[in-house]
Amino acid sequence: MTHEFESAMKQLPSNLPCNHTRVGAVRWRQSAERFHTDGGRLLTLWGSDDRDRDGLFRIYAAYLLKEGVAVVEHEMEHGTTPAYPSLAETFPCALRMERAIHDLLGITSMEPDHRGWLRHGGWPQTVFPLRRDFDGSQQFSVNSQPYPFVQVEGDGVHEIAVGPVHAGTIEPGHFRFSVVGEKVLRLEERLGYTHKGVSKRFEEMSQKEGRHLAARLSGDSAVAFSWAYAAALEAITQTACPPRAANLRALALEHERLANHLGDLGALGNDAGFAFGLTQFSRMKEDLLRVNLSTFGARYLFDFIQPGGVASDLPPSAPPLLLDHYHVLEENVSSLRVIYDNHAGLQDRFRESGILSQEMAEKLGAIGLAGRASGVPLDLRVDHPCSPYDRLQPKMITQSAGDVAARVQVRFDEIFESLRLCRMLLADFAPGPIQTECSLAEPGRLGLGLIEGWRGPVLIALESGPDGAIRRCHAHDPSWQNWPLLEYAILGNIVPDFPLINKSFNLSYSGHDG
Amino acid sequence: MINTLSRMIRTGILTETFPTPCAASPSVEGLQKDLRNILGRALCIRHVDAGSCNGCELEIQALNNPYYNLEGFGIKFVASPRHADLLLVTGPVSVNMEEALKRTLDAVPDPKLVVAVGDCGACGGVFGTSYASRGAVANVIPVHRTVSGCPPSPVAILEAIRSAVLGV
Ligand code: SF4
Repeated sequence: MTHEFESAMKQLPSNLPCNHTRVGAVRWRQSAERFHTDGGRLLTLWGSDDRDRDGLFRIYAAYLLKEGVAVVEHEMEHGTTPAYPSLAETFPCALRMERAIHDLLGITSMEPDHRGWLRHGGWPQTVFPLRRDFDGSQQFSVNSQPYPFVQVEGDGVHEIAVGPVHAGTIEPGHFRFSVVGEKVLRLEERLGYTHKGVSKRFEEMSQKEGRHLAARLSGDSAVAFSWAYAAALEAITQTACPPRAANLRALALEHERLANHLGDLGALGNDAGFAFGLTQFSRMKEDLLRVNLSTFGARYLFDFIQPGGVASDLPPSAPPLLLDHYHVLEENVSSLRVIYDNHAGLQDRFRESGILSQEMAEKLGAIGLAGRASGVPLDLRVDHPCSPYDRLQPKMITQSAGDVAARVQVRFDEIFESLRLCRMLLADFAPGPIQTECSLAEPGRLGLGLIEGWRGPVLIALESGPDGAIRRCHAHDPSWQNWPLLEYAILGNIVPDFPLINKSFNLSYSGHDG
Repeated sequence: MINTLSRMIRTGILTETFPTPCAASPSVEGLQKDLRNILGRALCIRHVDAGSCNGCELEIQALNNPYYNLEGFGIKFVASPRHADLLLVTGPVSVNMEEALKRTLDAVPDPKLVVAVGDCGACGGVFGTSYASRGAVANVIPVHRTVSGCPPSPVAILEAIRSAVLGV
């Protein structure tokens, strides 16, 4: 199939090299196997109800390959239950995505796990909210059904149920542990609690407004998602973001990475019983947020990136202030790193906790920060750099141990690398416009935006409707790939280490639940 | 150990006494004093994320950094609603969290207060109401105060807690 398959590929608008092809059911699966053999990753799956246009449902898969992104599309006649072959055998992370697609669209993969993933009983089983004939403003009373967790049986095995409301200021989700004594035999996650219907909500918005929702898919990745959204819209309207605006976007993205890494390093110290770490790192994070406020005009940059550019320029006083701040931050983080590295108690908790081996990481399709800590070298900024990263040449940061300590080290190294990138960006700030007009996209255009956020690659697939409307917008957070990793990393560890191991991944609930 | 101690000494005490950006509003120190006087150093808060984007969580977590130092003033985030005086609720209430939110409120002993945080908690924000979202927290449980902002600053959250407790 190789030659024929490749020649059928057409270019798709994106900020990365991206191709697109349409296939039948057999090829749908074959192409997945082929990409898998070539070392490709499944980035995301999404479906679309096009019955109003041509009577069909469609399913799309996006793969990350060495040469860029491949989007494969498969059409389904709308019979009683439109169905497509599951990709979960080849890419295990596809399973939850397929369950979610079923909950929203009523198209099924031929896979036996039909438990609701996003639907917890908040709407009837016969209602599929992403179908075009469903009015998104309809409300239903909750009719929650018990969720059949997989049971582990044996001498002395018991279950611990945690959540959805957790102790601490974190997002909601449910964890079901099967344990013997303190040791975890199995963990099963149940997510979907923060499902807010964002895909349907996008369809009620204009292409211009969509960025506000994109920034709020996962607040800690606001810059990454709003950039991915802007990139997708710019790709389908053939708008070129001015160089100065691209620099400012990258500066904002690196600040977002810094803030999250600082916050995580503090929390990880705290979860390992070293409150001093939390105090120090939370102070550094607060300092950075205040610098954001005085330079970008906000602590969190939710509405900074807009299609065509950015909302505001740096004030003239910003560059020296930022450089001073980077200097102090670098010095502080270096000395904290020495303290963390030499603290026997901390290292005892970090090392060999929550190990995700490279083999397992590859098999499960780990991406982003958690993947890099298990020796999976994937970083869009390095592999497929879009402007201005092509000039900056970021370093790929990896570790091989795959334990909590490795995820800590990746964060430390990425902080120093981000600071280097920020300095390069500031040294190279050519004057110029920060915004150009982004026209309305012609109806029926599909484009992809992909940005390496602090957690991993975030994706927006945007299809335009008539008169500046959004026909379909699919957002994908790397947490989809990485949540299942946690179920493996915890095996054989003790329950009291779960908060630490969970924090070392720090995955998004909201970004995943949608 | 020497490193740790020397860093502690060099960092010093950072808890702030500066006025908030809006001159008319009280200072962080003033807010903390008020709270201490009313509560005698013991306000217990339970946070519930009812479907937020996690942005509001970041600013609530900031309340415990050394600049705002909430715990240092006797305001504690507690692990169980049964130990709480006040629920701090973020997010539009997703239908999948509706039941859990109501149950959490039921578990809080009387008298209890509810503060809804962020544009989402106050009015549904960018998500609004839909098949998956009930919108504002007040659509699901009684709310005493709301804090707008997306996300609201830590000082704004602190002020709302104070005004809920004072009943003003
Ligand atoms: S108010 Fe803003 S920051 Fe808070 S949950 Fe809503 S969208 Fe997120």
